Amino acid sequence: MPPASSAPQPHQRPKIIPALSRVMPFLRPVIGRFIAGIATALVAAVVALLIPVALRWLVDGPLTSGDQALIWIGGIAILLLGLTEAVFVFLRRLFVTLPSTAVEATMRQTLYAKLQRLPIAFHDRWQSGQLLSRAVGDLGMMRRFFAFGAVIFITNLLTLVIGLGILLAWSPLLGALFIVTSIPIVVIAFRFEQSYHQVARRAQDQQGDLATAVEQSVHGIRVLKAFGRGRTALEGFERQAEALRSTELTKARSEAMLWMWLTIIPFVSYAVCLVVGIWLVAEGQLTVGELVGFLSTAVVLNWPIESLGFLFAFAIDAANASVRLFEVLDAEEDIVDPEEPRTIAAPRGRLVFDDVHFRYQDAASGERDLVDGATLAIEPGETMALVGVTGSGKTTLTALPGRLYDVTDGRVTLDGVDVRDLSLEELRTHVAMAFEDATLFSASVRDNVLMGARERTDEVVAEALQVAQASFVHDLPEGLDTTIGEEGLSLSGGQRQRLALARAVAAKPAVLVLDDPLSALDVETEALVEDALRHVLASTTALIVAHRPSTVQLADRVALMRDGRIDDVGTHSELLARNDHYVHVIASLEEAQRDRQDLEQVATGAFQQVDASVDAARREEDR
Amino acid sequence: MTIQGVQGEERDDYTKEESRALRTRSQRLLLELVRPHRAKLVGIAALVVVATGMTVAGPAILAFGIDVALPALQRSDATPLWVAGGGYIVAAIVSGIAFYAFTVGTARVSQAVLLTLRRRLFDHTQRLSLEFHEQYTSGRIIARQTSDLESIRDLLDQGLNELVRGVLFMTFTAIAMIALDPTSGLVILAALVPAILLTRWFQSRSTVLFRETRTTSAQMIVKFVETMTGIRAVKAFRTEPENERDFGGKVEAYRDANFRTIQIFGIYEPGIMAIGALTIAAVVTVGAFRVVNGDLAVGSLLAVALYARTFFQPIQGIGMFFNGYQSAAAALEKISGVLEERPTVPEPRAPRALPEARGAIDFDEVEFSYATGKVVLPGFDLSIPAGQTIALVGTTGAGKSTLAKLVSRFYDPSAGSVRLDGVDLRELPDDDLRRAVVMVTQEAYLFSGTVADNIALGKPDATDDEIEAAARAVGAHEFIEALPDGYGTDVNKRGGRVSAGQRQLLSFARAFLADPRVLILDEATASLDIPSERLVQEGLTTLLADRTAIIIAHRLSTVAIADRVLVMEHGRIIEDGSPTELIELGGKFASLHRAWRDSLV
Repeated sequence: MPPASSAPQPHQRPKIIPALSRVMPFLRPVIGRFIAGIATALVAAVVALLIPVALRWLVDGPLTSGDQALIWIGGIAILLLGLTEAVFVFLRRLFVTLPSTAVEATMRQTLYAKLQRLPIAFHDRWQSGQLLSRAVGDLGMMRRFFAFGAVIFITNLLTLVIGLGILLAWSPLLGALFIVTSIPIVVIAFRFEQSYHQVARRAQDQQGDLATAVEQSVHGIRVLKAFGRGRTALEGFERQAEALRSTELTKARSEAMLWMWLTIIPFVSYAVCLVVGIWLVAEGQLTVGELVGFLSTAVVLNWPIESLGFLFAFAIDAANASVRLFEVLDAEEDIVDPEEPRTIAAPRGRLVFDDVHFRYQDAASGERDLVDGATLAIEPGETMALVGVTGSGKTTLTALPGRLYDVTDGRVTLDGVDVRDLSLEELRTHVAMAFEDATLFSASVRDNVLMGARERTDEVVAEALQVAQASFVHDLPEGLDTTIGEEGLSLSGGQRQRLALARAVAAKPAVLVLDDPLSALDVETEALVEDALRHVLASTTALIVAHRPSTVQLADRVALMRDGRIDDVGTHSELLARNDHYVHVIASLEEAQRDRQDLEQVATGAFQQVDASVDAARREEDR
Repeated sequence: MTIQGVQGEERDDYTKEESRALRTRSQRLLLELVRPHRAKLVGIAALVVVATGMTVAGPAILAFGIDVALPALQRSDATPLWVAGGGYIVAAIVSGIAFYAFTVGTARVSQAVLLTLRRRLFDHTQRLSLEFHEQYTSGRIIARQTSDLESIRDLLDQGLNELVRGVLFMTFTAIAMIALDPTSGLVILAALVPAILLTRWFQSRSTVLFRETRTTSAQMIVKFVETMTGIRAVKAFRTEPENERDFGGKVEAYRDANFRTIQIFGIYEPGIMAIGALTIAAVVTVGAFRVVNGDLAVGSLLAVALYARTFFQPIQGIGMFFNGYQSAAAALEKISGVLEERPTVPEPRAPRALPEARGAIDFDEVEFSYATGKVVLPGFDLSIPAGQTIALVGTTGAGKSTLAKLVSRFYDPSAGSVRLDGVDLRELPDDDLRRAVVMVTQEAYLFSGTVADNIALGKPDATDDEIEAAARAVGAHEFIEALPDGYGTDVNKRGGRVSAGQRQLLSFARAFLADPRVLILDEATASLDIPSERLVQEGLTTLLADRTAIIIAHRLSTVAIADRVLVMEHGRIIEDGSPTELIELGGKFASLHRAWRDSLV
């Protein structure tokens, strides 16, 4: 299902080492402590291997000779070895824990910062659930791998080498037998690695998809309820959950198969070593102590061997996580500060679109550009309404001055400076936006309004709220300090829109870009907002997407957009007089008032009768 | 304060009784979920017993080999040797297969439990009324379905596994030691005392720290999601640096909590190892003296040494289990809370089938107030004959939307009744109600899938022709055809980006396709441009000709097609009549109408 969610990439097998080594820049600052961690882990492992050596010495020495004093020495040696192991394990954690959590935190902040820098076009493609699973799950996985998995992996390999060395030294024949019978484990672990990564990645993606399904079922709850489609949604969800379950079972079977062999193979090799060992002792080629030492060493080696499989899986998961992380970190930031930013000392607010084109990167070659050569000049202080039918490119055009998207051809200039030559910080100080779907953040009303403001005073808040007619905030439980947004009080669409408008106003920009900012307001509130907005707009350059004649009233001039171009620019009455398309777009009823005859053809004919009968009634009264 | 349902979910100052109630509630849910799998669980338990028993048999077989088979072989009797070798291999294979079956079996049960729980949660949240959804944010429901379920899964899959295997392993090891050599067995049991004390310390510390980890991570996640969903506003208002500082603080808080959690494990693990070191030294020393005295065989010494060495290994897993248990318990508390929420708009127990719906709606002394006590409709009577088109006019907060939500049964009245063709809405089966009454709102939500899928939501078995006809009826056909794959365009994919107005057209097409007796439009044309609105209205005139409709619109152009206008204020109807009558009346509607006409010039 949701195609946008499973980020567009084939599931290639990550090469573990290259994938993990990409994380090196993050590890470098703490690499010393990691090496110390590995060193202490190694000491602990070697000490653990010495315990069987002591046991062997005990069996062949004092136990055979009966020297009781030596038994004490042996016992104390074993105690000291055991305590040393514990101390070094403690040290290993001490060395590794802090840097590993620090690396995780740094990676998380880097990812967050990167995501904030990435263009809107990137966020259009990626759902927040997919980004979240990278920021939380994947980074946690990598931390665990580097703090634990990688350290254990290296020490276990070294322990294995040393242990096998000891075994070979005691008895070349038994040692060789042990190695030969253990080889299948390596083969099985390797084959496991080949298959596990795919199913693991599939499970991760299916979980992301399931989360998306939940998200949609909650966000679209009104639609589902209105049409009584809860059951359809449930069925779809069940199918996905079932798919995830079957993937998880495949994963479990593959893991279980590994565990099975990891149990059987070492035991079989102990059995072989036991039988051959006893035979060797009986033949006098081996002492009992050596056999005891050999078998207890082999048992100690059981964990390093057994761990290989799960460490492989761990490494694969971590490599997958790293690949997923770098899918984001490698994404191109194509909307960035210019190398040598220019600056506008005293912005006047002359906004010019100069043969501007825009198309999405992934648009098909046959498609027309969404903005297809738009040219428009807005003079300082002027308010320009942008009018056009749905899909004519109005909203896209409004995203260009603030560089939410960059033009693909042509240029947008502010006071003669290409917006791409300004730093983003400066540009967005000059240009403020309010969107039709108003986003509020989990913060107080005050902070939401002051988000873009340079002056963070109560006067600014009060003024902006007055313009946006958002006096309702004073009735909220804690007034301006009430927390709103996801974590706080939820507001209605109209209330959110007014706060978003207040936010744009409070920023006191040179250029104000408003995308149908009053659509959710009722007529009376809209009229009040418009009155108040007029004062602000008197001195501010503004580009306002308008659907209604009433919003157009705010503007000095109107630009008519059609098929991605600016079709005509002029005052409302000029356009009405000369442009049929404009009349079509804006003036359904106005036209009707001027020419009653035509109203018959206009769909909303009902009012004609209404008006006619009212007029008739009035005439009656006049008489 | 109460802990009923999801209330008090964010609190962390529960009284003793409250915590107990929460625990009982989550345990009840867990039992309910696990009960159907009892038989399987018994089988799985048997498998673990076998598998663990076989693993523990290993060192005993080694002892048998050295103490019995070796002397026998020296007497040229090879039989015990073959028994030892063969026994070992059989034990290996049996325990290997048992572990396989055990792992797969656990996964089956845990996945089945998860599937049931997922399904129940999903179904339940869908049933819960809008009132609930308006208070309980979507983020929290998503958290219930994802991270909370994940921690339950960890518990079922790994935690329980560790616990059962660990406890069994330790028990069997202790039994084997006592059987082989009671003295060594006593040493082990003595060592268990400090080990248990250390584990309890670890457990209580980690509970506190674990909770901290969860709170800090939740705060971090909220901030992250909010930034990503509001990225346009973030960029437009340059809050990136501030966000980075804020998020950085939350990341650091989480890192610190996480660090301390891991750190106490870093004390616990070596602590257990030190106890293990003391034990093995004691067992070997005592054993060695007894071997010298001839009270113990060398092979048995090896076996008890190996047992002592491995005895404490699972205790860490058990410690981890308690960690997992804490988080799963917290998750279960929250999930069981959501499941405890009763829909305030329940399905009828004894539903009455709707006779061939005509579409007459009656409000009979209806009162509506929110849970907060705010009265929206104080005693409301209204009768809408079948087939009438009603326009609701009035300022924000006058109660228009509430009225619409009562008719579509998003809410139930606090008193009185709303009836469709004489049947109380509360007695109608949901299917009948939804077939008869459809509401289109301002927020036109699109689900992932194709354009056609989204329209077909109005009628899942619709043919392509029907879908296209619906799209044509509302004037959406043209723009759909212009999309890269027409009706097959994925709304989330390349070129599928549709504007707010287009979304609204699609949701109109949905409603057309659903073909209900009663259609409610709540600000459904707010985002449409005028030509689209004109097209929709053309469509509406045909569609509404013979059905009941309630239209709420700020734009009076939509009101024009109404047979009857109701002007509402403070939950009461202050004007009621045809548009012409009301304009003549010269009241509120007349002045609204005048203001609106002026706005057109």
